Amino acid sequence: MVSLSIVVCKRGAPRKFRNRQDRRETKATMKPKGRRVGGLIALIGFTVLALTGCDSPTYWPVLSPQGPVARSEYYLIIYSFILMLLVVLAVFILFFWVIIKYRARPDNADYVPPEIEGNAKLETLWTVIPILVVIALAIPTVAVTYKLVYPPKVEAATAKIVGKSITIDVISEQWKWVFKYPAQNIETVNYVNIPAGVPVDFELTSSGPMNTFWVPALGGMEFTMPNMNLKLWLEADHPGSYLGRGAQYSGRGFAHMTFTVNALSPTDFENWVKSVQQTAPKLTKQAEAQINRPGLIGKLTFSSTTPE
Amino acid sequence: MKGEASMHGVVNWAVHFFMLDEGPLIWLSDFLIICASLGIVVVLTKFRLWKWLWDEWLTTVDHKKIGIMYMIAAILMLFRGGTDGLLMRAQLAWPNMHFLSADHYDQIFTTHGTIMILFMAMPAIIGFFNVAVPLQIGCRDVAFPYLNAISFWLFFFAALLFNLSFVVGGSPDGGWTSYPPYVENQFDPGPGENYYLVALSITGIGTIATGINFLVTILRMRAPGMTFMRMPMFTWSVFVTSVIILFAFPVLAVALALLLIDRDFGSHFFTVDGGGAPMQYVNLFWFWGHPEVYIVILPIFGLMSEVISTFSHKRIFGYSAMVVSMVAIAILSFVTWVHHFFTMGAGPGVNSFFGVSTMAIAIPTGVKVFNWIFTMHKGRLEFKTAMLWSLGVIPNFLIGGLTGVMLAVPPADYQYHNSYFLIAHFHYTLIGGTVFGVFSGLYYWWPKMFGVLLNEKLGRWHFWTFMIGFNICFFPQFFLGFMGMTRRMYTYPAGYGWGVVNLISTIGAFLMGVAFIIFVYNILWSARYGERDLTGDPWDGRTLEWATTSPAPHYNFAIIPTVKGRDAWWLMKQNGESINGPKGVPFRPIHMPNNSGRPFIMSALFFIMGAGFVFQWWILAIIGFVGVLISMAQRSFEYDDSHYIPVEEIEKTEAAAGRL
Repeated sequence: MVSLSIVVCKRGAPRKFRNRQDRRETKATMKPKGRRVGGLIALIGFTVLALTGCDSPTYWPVLSPQGPVARSEYYLIIYSFILMLLVVLAVFILFFWVIIKYRARPDNADYVPPEIEGNAKLETLWTVIPILVVIALAIPTVAVTYKLVYPPKVEAATAKIVGKSITIDVISEQWKWVFKYPAQNIETVNYVNIPAGVPVDFELTSSGPMNTFWVPALGGMEFTMPNMNLKLWLEADHPGSYLGRGAQYSGRGFAHMTFTVNALSPTDFENWVKSVQQTAPKLTKQAEAQINRPGLIGKLTFSSTTPE
Repeated sequence: MKGEASMHGVVNWAVHFFMLDEGPLIWLSDFLIICASLGIVVVLTKFRLWKWLWDEWLTTVDHKKIGIMYMIAAILMLFRGGTDGLLMRAQLAWPNMHFLSADHYDQIFTTHGTIMILFMAMPAIIGFFNVAVPLQIGCRDVAFPYLNAISFWLFFFAALLFNLSFVVGGSPDGGWTSYPPYVENQFDPGPGENYYLVALSITGIGTIATGINFLVTILRMRAPGMTFMRMPMFTWSVFVTSVIILFAFPVLAVALALLLIDRDFGSHFFTVDGGGAPMQYVNLFWFWGHPEVYIVILPIFGLMSEVISTFSHKRIFGYSAMVVSMVAIAILSFVTWVHHFFTMGAGPGVNSFFGVSTMAIAIPTGVKVFNWIFTMHKGRLEFKTAMLWSLGVIPNFLIGGLTGVMLAVPPADYQYHNSYFLIAHFHYTLIGGTVFGVFSGLYYWWPKMFGVLLNEKLGRWHFWTFMIGFNICFFPQFFLGFMGMTRRMYTYPAGYGWGVVNLISTIGAFLMGVAFIIFVYNILWSARYGERDLTGDPWDGRTLEWATTSPAPHYNFAIIPTVKGRDAWWLMKQNGESINGPKGVPFRPIHMPNNSGRPFIMSALFFIMGAGFVFQWWILAIIGFVGVLISMAQRSFEYDDSHYIPVEEIEKTEAAAGRL
C-alpha cells in the first residue's frame, strides 16, 4: 500500500542470536520469574502488616475507628479485604505457576499443545466458589447497611434509641461548614463540639454546590445537597479532636474545606454550650452575608441560629 | 481618543479570552500548539502531501484506515491526558506546593479524566473494532462505511474542540463527572463547562453511530459458515459492546443536553432553585457511566482471549462460558450504577441491592480469568510483547476488580467514597485493564495495520517500565485512602503523613512517562528499521485477519472465505487450504464504496456549531447547524456512491501477494 510506505524502510538488523547456546545464555541472565513472585508476596505481606499496625486516628483515621459507626464500617473493611486477599492469592499462585511451567523453552520446541475445549467440572467449580464468596460477603454487608440507618446503641426490640442524642444541622457552603444546634440555639462555623458517648444526628444540607460531610475517624461520609436533608448518625467513644473535611469537589476552595470535631465529656459540653450562649455574639445579617460569600473564613461562634 | 479606548478594550478582551495573564502554563501550551500546527503545515507543503492527505485519509471510508486514524488520535490523546496526569502528580508530590494554582489544577484533573476515558480509551477501542472486525468475520468493510467515517470525524472535531479549551476561554473544571449544581452558571460561569457538554455530545453521536454500524455488520455480514458460536472472541466482545453502547449513550446525550439547556438557555433541570433536582443528573450520568466502563473493558477481554490463545498455541478454554460471561457482564453492568453514589442517602434497600449486584459482576469476570489461565495450561507460551501486555492485565485487573468488590460494600464505601482508595481502584481497572489491553492490541495488530512489526526488545522495556511505574504510582494510593485523603484536592496539608506516600506515587507516574517515551521511540525505530511482515501472519494466528497480507488489500478478501469452524484460519492452515479457496475459481469485480469528503466537512460544521454553543455566539451556531443539515440533505440525494474494482486489479494484487 503506497500510502503507508512514506517512510524509508531500511533493512536494519536488530540483534540476532548466533546459535541456540547464545540464546540460552542470554535468557539465563534475565531475572527468573520466581524472584518476581517473591517480590509480589513481599508486597502483599507488607500491605497486611501495614494495615494491622495502623492505629492512629491522625495518620490512619479509617483504620482507627473512634466511634461505633466507624467501627462497624472498619470490621466490614477488614472482612472484605481478607476475603479478597484469599482470592488474590489463589489466582496469583495459579497464574504464576501456569506461566512459569508452560513457557516456551528451546527443549519443548516440538511440543504441540492439545486442543482442549473446556472442562465442565472445573468450570462449575470456579463459578460456584465465587458465588459462595459473594454470598459470604453480601450477608454481613446487607446487615450492616440496614443497621447504620438507625442510631448507634438502639434497643434491639423497639429500635428506639437508648439514652440521649443530640441533633446538629450541617450546612455546607462555599467553602466552609456551618453547624447549627437547634436545641441549644447556637451556631459554629468550621468546628463542631459534640458530647462524647452520645449519638449525634447530623442533618445534612447544602446552600450551594453538593458536598460530602466526612469525619473518617468517626464514620463514613454522606452527601450534602441543596433543598434536601440527609441524616447521618455518628458518635465518638471518648473525648478527643478529630479532623473532618468535605469530600466532594465544589470549586477552587474545596481543598481547604476542613473542620474540626471536638468530642467533649458531657459535662464539658454542657459548660461549653452555656458559655457560648452567654458570651458569643448573636448572628447578624452581616455575619450571615460574610458566611454566604464564596471564600475561606476561620472558626466562628454565635449564640443564635437565625440572622437578625 | 475613542479609537484608542476601543483598541484597549479589544486587547483586554483578547488577553482575558486567551488567558494570557494566567502564567507560563498557558504561554507554553500556546507555543507548543502553534509550533505543532506550523510543523504539520510545513511538512505537508514541503513534501507536497496535501492531495495525498485528502485522497487517502480525509475522504476515506475504508475501515482499516479509519482504524489507523483512531489509533493515532488515541495515542496523541494518551500523551495529552498523561501530561495532565504528570502535572497533577508533580503538584501533589509534596504538601502545600503551588506549582499549579487551584484553578489550573481543577481544569487539569477535569481534562485528564475526560480525555482519558472519552478521547483516549474510546477511540482506541473503536479503532480496534475497525482494524479487526471486518477482517475477522471475512467481509469487505462495515455495513455503513460512510457512517463509519462520520463517526471518526465527529470524534476528531469534538476532541479538537475540547483540547482547545485550555488556551481559548478556559477548560471545564467540574471534574469528568461534572456534577451540578456546581457546574451551573451560578457557580461556574464561562465557556469552560460548555466545552465539556458540547464536545461530549458531538463525540457521543459518533459513538452511537459506531454501535449501530458494528451491530449490523456482525449480524449481517459474517462470511458463510461463520455462525455466532464460530465467531472470534474479539468479534463477540464487539457485538456485546455495541449493544451496551446503544442502550447507554443516549442516556448520556440526554443528561448533557439538559445541562447545556440549563447553562445556555436558563432552564432549571439541575439548578439549586426553580425546582431543579441536581441528583437527577447524577442518576442519568451514572446510568451511562457504569456501562461505559464495561464498554472500554469488554473488548479488551475479547482481545486478551485472542492474544492468550494465539501465543499459547492453544484454543481458548471454555468458549461458551466466555461468551455467556460477557453477556452476563453486559446485562449486570446496567443494574449497578448507584454504587457510584451509595453516600447520597438512597436508603438501605437501594444501597443493599446495588451493593450485591456490583459484587455479582465479579463472578462472570472471575470465570474469564480462570478460563484464560486454563487456556495457557498445557499450552506453549511465547512471551512476545503483545502477550506480556495481555498477561499483565490479569494481576492488575484482579487487584482493581477485587478492590471494586471491597468498594461494593456500602458501609465500607461510606469511608472510601471519593477518596484515594477509589482513585487507586479505578486506575487499576482502567490502566491495568484498558491501557494494558490497548498496548497489547497495538503490538498484536501493528503488523496488520502497517506491515511492519514493533521491536520486541524495546517492547519489553516499554512493558516492564510501565508495569513497575504503574504499580509504584497507584498501589500506595490505596493507603492514602485509608489515611483520609480525598480526591481532587489541589494541595494538601503537612502533618498527616501524606507527603511521603504522594512522593512515591509521583515517582511511579514519571516512570510511566518514561515508558511512553520508549513506546514512541519504538514506533519511530520500527518505522525505519523494523522487521517487515512479509507473510501477513507473523504470530501463526488463528483468526481470519491473519489470512490477509499486511496490510490487507483495499477489498480485504479477493474471494469471501467459507468458514468451517472456530479459529477459521487455524483450521484452514491445518487442512492446507488457501484463503482464496480451491484453485481455478475466477475472481469477480468487487463492489466497494466511494471515498467522500462530506464526513470531514460535516464534522467541521459540527465543530463550528459546537463553538457557537460553547461561547453563545448564536450566529455561528446557526450557520454550523444549517451547514450540517445541508450536508445531510446532499447525502440523501447521493445515488452513485460506489464503484467496482475490476478483475485485472484484483489479479494483480493477489499475484503480488503470491496467491494466484
